[in-house]
Amino acid sequence: MTSLAHFDVIVLGGGQAGLTAAITAAENGATVCILEIAPRALRGGNTRHTRNLRPMHESGAFPMEGAYGFDEYLDDLLRVTGGDTDHALAELTIRESEHSITWLQDHGVAFQPPLSGTLQLGRTNAFFLGGGKALVNSLYRVATNLGVHTIYEATDIALNISGDRFIDLTYQQVNNTHHISGHSLVAAAGGFEANLDWLEEAWGPAARNFLVRGTPYNKGNILRQLLDAKFKQVGDPGQCHAVAIDGRAPAYDGGIVSRVDSVPLGIVVNNEGKRFFDEGEDFWPKRYAIWGRLIAAQADQIGYAITDAKADGLFMPTVLPPLKSTTIDDLARQINIPADSLLKTIDEFNAATVSGSFDHQALDGCRTEGLPINKSHWARQIDTPPYSAYPLRPGITFTYLGVAVDDRARVQVEGGNPSENIFAAGEMMAGNILGRGYLAGIGMTIGSVFGRIAGREAARHAS
Amino acid sequence: MPVNETTTEAIRVMTICNACRYCEGHCAVFPAMERQTEFTQNNIELLSNLCHQCGACYQHCQYADPHEFNVNVPAVFEQARLESYTQFLWPAFMQPAVLNGSKFMVTSLLVSISLFLVAVAGQSGVSQILAPQVNFYNLMPHSVMASIFSFSAVVVVISWWMTLRGYWHSISLPSPWSIGMASYSAAIASALTLKNLDGGHGSGCYESGESPSLWKRRYHHLVLIGFFMCFSATLAGTFYHYGLNIAAPYSWLTPPKILGVTGGIMLLVGCTGLFRIKQTTDQRLVSNDNGYGMSLTVLLFLTSLTGLGLPIAKGTGALGLLLAVHLGCVLALFLNFAWGKFTHGFFRLIALVADEHQKTQ
Repeated sequence: MTSLAHFDVIVLGGGQAGLTAAITAAENGATVCILEIAPRALRGGNTRHTRNLRPMHESGAFPMEGAYGFDEYLDDLLRVTGGDTDHALAELTIRESEHSITWLQDHGVAFQPPLSGTLQLGRTNAFFLGGGKALVNSLYRVATNLGVHTIYEATDIALNISGDRFIDLTYQQVNNTHHISGHSLVAAAGGFEANLDWLEEAWGPAARNFLVRGTPYNKGNILRQLLDAKFKQVGDPGQCHAVAIDGRAPAYDGGIVSRVDSVPLGIVVNNEGKRFFDEGEDFWPKRYAIWGRLIAAQADQIGYAITDAKADGLFMPTVLPPLKSTTIDDLARQINIPADSLLKTIDEFNAATVSGSFDHQALDGCRTEGLPINKSHWARQIDTPPYSAYPLRPGITFTYLGVAVDDRARVQVEGGNPSENIFAAGEMMAGNILGRGYLAGIGMTIGSVFGRIAGREAARHAS
Repeated sequence: MPVNETTTEAIRVMTICNACRYCEGHCAVFPAMERQTEFTQNNIELLSNLCHQCGACYQHCQYADPHEFNVNVPAVFEQARLESYTQFLWPAFMQPAVLNGSKFMVTSLLVSISLFLVAVAGQSGVSQILAPQVNFYNLMPHSVMASIFSFSAVVVVISWWMTLRGYWHSISLPSPWSIGMASYSAAIASALTLKNLDGGHGSGCYESGESPSLWKRRYHHLVLIGFFMCFSATLAGTFYHYGLNIAAPYSWLTPPKILGVTGGIMLLVGCTGLFRIKQTTDQRLVSNDNGYGMSLTVLLFLTSLTGLGLPIAKGTGALGLLLAVHLGCVLALFLNFAWGKFTHGFFRLIALVADEHQKTQ
């Protein structure tokens, strides 16, 4: 074991929340160390795969359009969470989010107008120029210039917590054990979405068929230790945010390009060739988040999005081409589902479509009538070859389980009081604000706001 | 249509980029990519020449090595550009000049310098070549100089015409007359300002790492402006010679001298800067071009250095040798204009015109 090093503030996790906390603490005069589990090239946790955050704003100043005020933001948050949020912290997050763009710009992060293919997000979401990795690179650069010490490939972190106080910790790096102590600890090490064993506890064996959309490093090690140390938990441990993605995507780190946007333009069947949900309930950006769970509930956790030639070119291009055929029969063979069943499903679907004026950019009048599961919009007969099929699997993005914090980002002991020197930021505490549901860009917003709060409070405690 | 290995890789990478689009704000490549309905040899020729090798998309790529997708747009596009410079080069038998950039440069320098040494020696006599001289034209008559370079210029222009015609058609541009003036002016503005080297946020490019820098753009501007000043100096000298009947050498405060000296110094500084940047460039962003890229910088540097040396060497025994070397450099530069890296400017400009034109369609 190497000799003991000491820092005012130790930050666990080098994604946006951890970096923001580290920078803020360093700017407040603290000596800071970041422990990042990934190698340098893959640093930044899931921030690497993000592209925007959601700031409250009144002005519409670049890069925003229009205005997105406090009340509307809070309404949106209450709607998606069904009220499963700590109101005081939600209001704090929304108010503080107003400063996120300026803070990031002051730390080298550039913004751009909304990316193409992002529906109506220009008013609510601020897009990072070059995406999340550009943001990560900028913040690491600033942190380094401030003298923040970053240790990469710091694995097997073991916290020494006495009561509600952080004392010191050990970690492994290249088979050596290191030992460091700090006045304050900021836990910003993400959720457990890359830990299939843990997911299996909540989801059963189905979890084995999940694809992890983001970093393979979010195993929940730190979260587990904080919960084991009897800090109060928030968020449903049995919930995760899962979207429907291309079933052929990599097991980890597939990111944005694993998306398949063809669902509302056709039908989705399970491996018995049967439909199981209204594919046209609402616009895809508002619905893709429920499809992960829908597919997780199907046999073998797989679905197939089937479209005909009329849909080609109407949705975002995919990395892998769809399976294609000129006949439904052959397509069914390619995706290995019973052809007669798929033919029957499509015949019934086609017969149930009512004529309307198709418009994939509006909630149009094309729907089915008389089916056990109708399709509400964009329902056109599937009759024009070639036909396409995309296999779909649940792609897990983040988990909701976290530790409870107060408005100074201090983690809460079961039953009330806050720890005096353990703080949390980012996905580890996002469940305080987003207990369930999804709002585009909210995760990065929470990371930005609580990163600043945790950094400030950690430095204050250390001084 | 069968495509080669580079195009296949470029299409693979573009397919990933087109599903991601995070880099949309960095430069012209990505918005242009989004306009394509499929990726082909022809639009890779367009997209790769729109790429200015700033490196932003690589440094910011969530799919870069060690990710299994191994996305690296700048490297594959550099290779694709080299292939388009080769493929369209006229005459085709000069294609090895692109594939072996350093060898072509060294050979053309040696041959050109030797040629002028022989010419100078023939004019002044071998014994007199090291005698102190003040007048170039005693060493090499103006008419000979003018003939050699006029002929070379004609070859260069024909070669450009034929080469760029092939490229123009290949990327499916319509007749030059059917393209709007606005497309031309926007393309020229992008080329002259090197808009695509600003990173999309104005802070510059990332060829040397994760921090943006404007130096590549600045040095390139110095080279471009320096080059135009030297070119103008030549035009001014021609006007003095034929229009005003005043023979060289000109005094320090005449337009040919002011333009030439200023331009020459800018070229020296700009080329030195570009050398330096080449040294610090992230090697993952580049593919091996056998010296093709640097050959133009070397020739511009040597031409300026020897050119600036001429007035200093006046009246000394070095003038004869230096003049032969300088003229040799200029001739080698002319060969580069036709068959070397110099053409990248035209390829990029045409790609920018095509991009602006597509935007209007």
